[in-house]
Amino acid sequence: MLAKRIIPCLDVDNGRVVKGVKFVDIRDAGDPVEVARRYNSEGADEITFLDITASSDNRETIVHVVEQVASEVFIPLTVGGGIRTEEDVRRMLNAGADKVAINTAAVFNPEFVKQATSRFGSQCIVVAIDAKKVSAEGEPLKWEIFTHGGRKPTGLDAIEWAKKMVDYGAGEILLTSMDRDGTKVGFDLPLTRAISDAVTVPVIASGGVGNLQHLVDGVKEGGADAVLAASIFHFAEYSVGEAKAFMAEQGVEVRI
Amino acid sequence: MAQRISVIDYGMGNLRSVSKAVEHVADSHDEVLVTDDPQLILSSDRVVFPGQGAARDCMAAISDHHLNQAVLEAAATRPFLGICMGLQVLLEFSEENEGTELLGLIPGQVRHFEKGMNGPDGRRLKIPQMGWNRVNHCNEHPLWRDIKQDSRFYFVHSYFVSPEDSALVAATTDYGINYASAIAKDNLFAVQFHPEKSADDGLQLLKNFVNWKV
Repeated sequence: MLAKRIIPCLDVDNGRVVKGVKFVDIRDAGDPVEVARRYNSEGADEITFLDITASSDNRETIVHVVEQVASEVFIPLTVGGGIRTEEDVRRMLNAGADKVAINTAAVFNPEFVKQATSRFGSQCIVVAIDAKKVSAEGEPLKWEIFTHGGRKPTGLDAIEWAKKMVDYGAGEILLTSMDRDGTKVGFDLPLTRAISDAVTVPVIASGGVGNLQHLVDGVKEGGADAVLAASIFHFAEYSVGEAKAFMAEQGVEVRI
Repeated sequence: MAQRISVIDYGMGNLRSVSKAVEHVADSHDEVLVTDDPQLILSSDRVVFPGQGAARDCMAAISDHHLNQAVLEAAATRPFLGICMGLQVLLEFSEENEGTELLGLIPGQVRHFEKGMNGPDGRRLKIPQMGWNRVNHCNEHPLWRDIKQDSRFYFVHSYFVSPEDSALVAATTDYGINYASAIAKDNLFAVQFHPEKSADDGLQLLKNFVNWKV
């Protein structure tokens, strides 16, 4: 049986891991290669890099990061952040990324997803969706796509948008609840469930993980095919190995 | 003794990942080439044939690079490892892209996972299959050396191979159905999963390939 995946996510700014990764036994916790190696040895199923470099002058740094990591760490690597053109996709794949996550560019130019999937194949195009609940208490649940870190509404219904992106060729959906991101209170499970039921491709749940039970809930209740988390792994609250052992105890199929 | 290992480059897929992983397990004196030159490919001791993307695009790219003959000759004459589409295009015919003729080295077809299949938990199975699944060895092949039965490897695919001769099936995997995830024939070995992305077991398989004495 296919295992549910656990994916640590690293924010990279100018080629350095940020948000204070704290591993006592790592010499340089800002070095993406060292951190990726560590996650790999703990049993991470994939690693996702989110490039948050603000200046486009420094975009090249993430390419070098991917090249270095891909030379040493032999599990799937996904890169997101600032992917706007077919050339951006090509550079990342050539550097050794297996998948790229397209977020804002998909909202502003949905045809880009079609072009990228037809040129590079659905298997390497992940569409990242940032969704926020817009229904009031007591109303039927409704989520909308937001851009700019959850600040700008787009008017797009999250479920319809996810279906459209799959029709356009997306091989996977990375779903982040902007309501839950950074809160540590757990995934938005009704949202995860709604998107996972609506699309035929795998869904990665993201946003809100604060403990290991949240990971289990994302899979069991949310129906996610993979779970992504950042801070619980970075701050060494839990290792990826501990997360997997806990999930296995709870009856979730994982790779151990 | 130093050897030359070619990774066939026809513009389809993660050549860098494959070549880096092969370099990682090869002897430091070995030469690992990424090439589309038929002469270089046929001057190599071992050949790796990766590939990603749609069947029709892969076949067109192989043809555009004038690689049909070199691939078939290499697959018949020296240790040869097909990966993902590098397995699928060895068969005769794929259902992908409304039907695509393939290289025809292995009698059999490439079929799409049926829509609406459910997993053991009753949930609908997603297509593509993406992630780590178990690989059940059907025989004791040198490429399985030091890899435990039912180890997990990384898969990304919507189509699977169905060879006519079941004796060629070297491993099976369950995803709604039980299908061939590796085939072996003489000097040829080909896998649906990605050893270059399958952590230690994947590297072990590549190491076994690099050391394989046919």
